[in-house]
Amino acid sequence: MNDADTIRPSFDPAVLYKALFLAVMATFVLVPLLATVIGGFKSLGELRVNPFGWPQQWEWSNYADILATKRYWQLLRNSLIISTLTVTLTLIVASMAAFTFAHVKFFGSSALLGYLTLGLLFPAATAVLPLFIKVRDLGLLDTYFGVALPQVAFSLAMSILLLRRFFKDLPHELLEAAQVDGCTYINFFRYVTLPLSRPILATVGTIAFVNSWNAYLLPLVMLNTDDLYPWPLGIMVYQGEYSSEWHLILAFITLTILPTVIIFIIAQKHIVAGLTAGAVKG
Amino acid sequence: MTLPGQAVDAGSIGPVKSRAWKIPLGDSGGNGKFTVLVLFLPPALMLFTLFVVLPIGEAAWYSGFNWNGFGRPANWVGFDNYRFVLETRAFWLALRNNGLIIAVSLLIQLPLALSLALILAERFRGAVALRMLFFLPYILAEIATGLIFSFVYDGDYGLVASIWRLFGAEAPHLLASTQTAMLAVLIVIVWKYFGFHMMLYIAALQGMDRNLVEAARIDGATRPQVLRYVVIPQLYPTIRLSVFFAIIGSLQLFDLVMPLTRGGPADSSNTMVTFLYNNGISRMRVGYGSAIGVILFVICVTFAFTYKRWFMRDE
Repeated sequence: MNDADTIRPSFDPAVLYKALFLAVMATFVLVPLLATVIGGFKSLGELRVNPFGWPQQWEWSNYADILATKRYWQLLRNSLIISTLTVTLTLIVASMAAFTFAHVKFFGSSALLGYLTLGLLFPAATAVLPLFIKVRDLGLLDTYFGVALPQVAFSLAMSILLLRRFFKDLPHELLEAAQVDGCTYINFFRYVTLPLSRPILATVGTIAFVNSWNAYLLPLVMLNTDDLYPWPLGIMVYQGEYSSEWHLILAFITLTILPTVIIFIIAQKHIVAGLTAGAVKG
Repeated sequence: MTLPGQAVDAGSIGPVKSRAWKIPLGDSGGNGKFTVLVLFLPPALMLFTLFVVLPIGEAAWYSGFNWNGFGRPANWVGFDNYRFVLETRAFWLALRNNGLIIAVSLLIQLPLALSLALILAERFRGAVALRMLFFLPYILAEIATGLIFSFVYDGDYGLVASIWRLFGAEAPHLLASTQTAMLAVLIVIVWKYFGFHMMLYIAALQGMDRNLVEAARIDGATRPQVLRYVVIPQLYPTIRLSVFFAIIGSLQLFDLVMPLTRGGPADSSNTMVTFLYNNGISRMRVGYGSAIGVILFVICVTFAFTYKRWFMRDE
């Protein structure tokens, strides 16, 4: 051990460059975020002359006033309802389909799977006008389901691919043993596959949740009533109302992204794994 | 049609015998294969068909009409909507902007992400924290990101403006000028998405075979040589994937642009989807908007198939 310490490598300028590079990038990422959070504590006048530094006077009321409104909580509640609907339905519908594709051999299986994965090729925006008309004709306009169902439909392709791969990789002997014991597919799915698949269900659920929680275009097209707006729509309305009172808008932004940031810090490993798994294994 | 138990997994080496004698027993439905097919597949197929496939087909149909969305489409105009789209200057601006976004993604964002990944894939104090910091913008909503940067760029209160004033210059309104609006949007795109690509590369680097690197070092390869001839080639599949995501992502960019510029001023920062929104959806011009959607669809699908065929054949 002492030897290793004594044969120190001579000073490497590359290390310095790397550190400098990391510092520049960290500043680039952090400054807009910190300025937003801290800006919410300033008065409008101070924001104008001092957008970077600490506030001379901490205006806690900017935040407190927003937290005291019904509006803020309603936005979060709407977002939570829509996201929960989307995640629940995605997990149920996708895991059932993925199970069938993974374990049941039937005529046309690969053709149907190919059909479902067509959804990976184009964004929801391409067909958003006919989608609007369809949702309207179904009487779902201006309802939570009018947003959640199309979101589920568009998340199916990726979810089914991820789940199917995981189900297929479960030990094959399990299914054979279960079948010898006369276990039906449905019971096998319910009592063996699902309990063993918690990691992938968490991954798929995370992807669906983040997408739904942050979504803007579909709610924008499908919802007309302010009372139903999820927070990305609500914050745009708020910004329209307080157009240049930036201190309030910054406080509002901070409060709306706060849940995301907190959850990210708590569950960072799952979230990173989830969001990159969709890319890597898709 | 379905014969339960009959050679369910013909390819597997499982106890075929045990299944063979189960057929005569034929406990109505056997292992429930038929039930599974009838219960488990239809929800996914119906949702997908109803909300994804049919709308695309209907977009192609509606694009032949001049229609405001009410009643039945009756005013058939053939390919006129496509002609109108292609004759709009703003459409070509939007297409050019999507091209710009792709260029910036490939030439700036991905190299940036790759170099950061090469540094942060190694273990040292703070590496994990920095990874998380760089990934953070990716999980923020695009709407929130757009609003944050409309503050950063604001000519009166923004960070950029105050830096300008520090040097005694007149603060620019970056988002309000046709010259700078798109540039401002491009910077936000890099800020938001480089961390995602960095994470893809880090995941690939950590799953990489270290033995090859060590072997190369023992054989006397220098660091740049190892990077150039050993590490990067192993990353090719991930790079191809990340290029694919950058391009598809740019084609569907919408949320981020809306709070920043709404595609303006004078259509200078429209993407394909904001152009579709501003000209089709917000005015309920269903035929015209559907034509834009179909064009975007054709671009996406053509790209995806070509790219898969040319670059991702082995995956």
